[in-house]
Amino acid sequence: MATLDANIPKGPLKDKWTNHKNNINLVNPANKRNIDIIVVGTGLAGGSAAATLAELGYNVKAFCFQDSPRRAHSIAAQGGINAAKNYQGDGDSIYRLFYDTVKGGDYRSREANVYRLAEVSANIIDQCVAQGVPFAREYGGLLDNRSFGGVLVSRTFYAKGQTGQQLLLGAYSAMNRQIGRGKIKMYNRHEMMDVVKVDGKARGIIARNLVTGEVERHGAHAVVVGSGGYGNIFFLSTNAMGSNASAAWKIHKKGAYFANPCFTQIHPTCIPVSGDLQAKLTLMSESLRNDGRIWVPKKKEDVEAIRSGKLRPTQIKEEDRDYYLERRYPAFGNLVPRDVASRAAKERCDAGYGVNQTGEAVYLDFSSAIERYGKEAAHVKGLDENDKSLVEKLGKEAVANKYGNLFQMYEKIVDENPYETPMMIYPAVHYTMGGVWVDYNLMTTVPGLYAIGEANFSDHGANRLGASALMQGLADGYFVLPYTIGDYLSGDIRTGAISTDTKEFELAEKEVIERLDYFVNNKGEKPVDFYHKRLGKIMWNKCGMSRNAETLKSAIDEIKALREEFWKGVRVPGTRNEFNEELAKAGRVADFMELGELFAKDALEREESCGGHFREESQTEEGEAKRDDENYKYVAAWEYKGEPSEAVLHKEDLVYENIELKTRSYK
Amino acid sequence: MNLTLKIWRQKNSNSKGKMVDYPISDISPDMSFLEMLDVLNNQLIEKGEEPVAFDHDCREGICGMCSLYINGEAHGPDRGVTTCQLHMRKFKDGDTIYIEPFRAKAFPVVKDLAVDRSAFDRIQHAGGYISVNTSGNTQDANSLPVQKEHADRAFDAATCIGCGACVASCKNSSAMLYVSAKISQYALLPQGKVEAEERVQSMVNQMDAEGFGNCSNTGACEVECPKGISLENIARMNREYFKAKASTKD
Repeated sequence: MATLDANIPKGPLKDKWTNHKNNINLVNPANKRNIDIIVVGTGLAGGSAAATLAELGYNVKAFCFQDSPRRAHSIAAQGGINAAKNYQGDGDSIYRLFYDTVKGGDYRSREANVYRLAEVSANIIDQCVAQGVPFAREYGGLLDNRSFGGVLVSRTFYAKGQTGQQLLLGAYSAMNRQIGRGKIKMYNRHEMMDVVKVDGKARGIIARNLVTGEVERHGAHAVVVGSGGYGNIFFLSTNAMGSNASAAWKIHKKGAYFANPCFTQIHPTCIPVSGDLQAKLTLMSESLRNDGRIWVPKKKEDVEAIRSGKLRPTQIKEEDRDYYLERRYPAFGNLVPRDVASRAAKERCDAGYGVNQTGEAVYLDFSSAIERYGKEAAHVKGLDENDKSLVEKLGKEAVANKYGNLFQMYEKIVDENPYETPMMIYPAVHYTMGGVWVDYNLMTTVPGLYAIGEANFSDHGANRLGASALMQGLADGYFVLPYTIGDYLSGDIRTGAISTDTKEFELAEKEVIERLDYFVNNKGEKPVDFYHKRLGKIMWNKCGMSRNAETLKSAIDEIKALREEFWKGVRVPGTRNEFNEELAKAGRVADFMELGELFAKDALEREESCGGHFREESQTEEGEAKRDDENYKYVAAWEYKGEPSEAVLHKEDLVYENIELKTRSYK
Repeated sequence: MNLTLKIWRQKNSNSKGKMVDYPISDISPDMSFLEMLDVLNNQLIEKGEEPVAFDHDCREGICGMCSLYINGEAHGPDRGVTTCQLHMRKFKDGDTIYIEPFRAKAFPVVKDLAVDRSAFDRIQHAGGYISVNTSGNTQDANSLPVQKEHADRAFDAATCIGCGACVASCKNSSAMLYVSAKISQYALLPQGKVEAEERVQSMVNQMDAEGFGNCSNTGACEVECPKGISLENIARMNREYFKAKASTKD
């Protein structure tokens, strides 16, 4: 088993990034004009990278499968973005953000990357404000903050429940400026089908125009993949319908190692599954846990009465409610990290305390927040704090101000008013910490091929803290990749334009077309969704919130069998040369079928519990996750060898020089 | 629920389209409208027919990708939601539902119910940004206080999702609500004021060049906007535009 070198700069942690920037090679402005870079994906990472690279003078080609870069799924992020600004004066610092992130990730992330992330975090806020991102402000005109799970400070900047939207539109506006200048050429409704390697280096991609169906060759000196995570492998997730792993999986098959695929985040506060024909799940922002209290009834008879509609949750007396997070984790209460909150909800529901028909829901209750805010507002306005209906009215206004859009979304989906009745929530797949392996420069194991944002693996370890995804996406795209990529490209200033008229491009294009033809010519009977749903069920039941060796082994067998069935039985109507969404979907699901197997293999190999990866064999007496630092303190990076089952494991040892490894406790 | 769907089918932008009837049964009122179309599409595929093309992605009302003109209204009969958040409980058993694409000269049909809204992007390329480099070497975020009321109103304008319901609802196919939302967001913030004059002129010029119509103040756009973008923004854009015209230097 080989070990991997992450190329982490030497020297003290706090100087690494500065020294590295001082020492890497740069490309002079005149030469940048002769260098082309392809960016796949236009979310926070891809969009910000494309804009910044273009500003620096490179020629950028950006690709997205949506009809506009503004629609990338970063847009759906709700709660906020972390930054070590310490505007609240509550003791925050770069070190504390770094520490919280490593601890939150259950000591499975890379120290140097996380420190750099914390270091550039403050600049992100400055940058976004300068771009006109309308963050929430206080009456004095300065920026407001709130808290997120797993931390004891308020460092989250936000724009109501639409922070991702506002940040993405900021990056989109920066892209628009460069598109207007002709420095970015934008390819909407285009899907990357494969990466092309020439002499071992990434030199372009094969893309498909989703409107005409045309297969195109695009050459470049470097390729950056910012295509997001693979949560849709579960079929039901909070990801957008089009979110897919294909770009990441395709580069994996061409030599990029895939790291920690089993590290998946199951988000604790989502709207519960309602039926078999449901296509997607909706997240309720973690920011709601600032003010909402999570509970189930203490007594089974109350649970029964609620399920049968004889009792309403508001009729359950205070002393008959089990605020289980506050009970189990008094120090962090409702703001424990996501993995802990999700498992705790599962534990209560498995024990029979779930409050809906399926037994898979808990309450998220705002009544005490409404009362608290209402009293405060009454006090500020000099009104009667004991007037119940007034307090309720003012409290509801305050809650609407903070979370209005989320409450509205809940009401539209569930048809219940969350201001009056507690919300029902249950964990759902949300984010993938695992991804393409990258070194400190964000380069994959293929020279000239980079992975940024959720598509890579580096910063969140085994569990991501809330409001850190936006931070990482923008850090990678605005402040890290645009500089580290220069180090590589400095060797390319004499290369000249990359021709696509070569045998490498020809071969890659041929393979792409063959696969597309296979699907449209296959004499199958069932639509793509039929197989995707079944894959999702295997993943959720056997590789979901808790896993054991037996279920993982059977998952591997089942996925293999399903994959065979899929290739034989899938029916894709229409042709290759037209707008054909089923054809695009078929390709994405085919890739999920392979990634799913590697996912299960990785989970099986890691015989410890850490973060979002809970192995039933490895738990404490109280049912908490039990890490095994002696044997598993490494990144598992898999090399493709023809079949997912043949993948070869490479280990990157995680070295902690600045943080002492501890048992993660939120009690 | 059992329903009759009348759906616009059009092979591509060059071909002629027509309405086609599809009966559908056993629809649960808790399903979303697009989940209902998913069911229809999977039934069509199993029967060997071509599924109906429609745009959609996040399915939580924020990406702006979904569209559809349902029973004569952009995003259907519910208020303050996109089509993906519309639920079947808004319809009755036995209903006939008309489903058409967003129609406007500037939004050509790609296929069936999917339209090309890249004109919206091109208006943004013309000036929908603040010219600041992404180097991060800007001033500290708190060095420039912004009055909360202005920040909140800028935010309200910025919540536009660019879906195009305003254009589809307008008898003139005007994009004024969409364009004015971006103009307003920047005009209300000190960071955006520096380039306000050039911005409003270039964006309005591009809007006209794309073939969008004019505003005749009927307010249909505001009613149908899933994000409740206010007409006030159009008034602000007009003020900004006249101000810019009056002070334009040669």
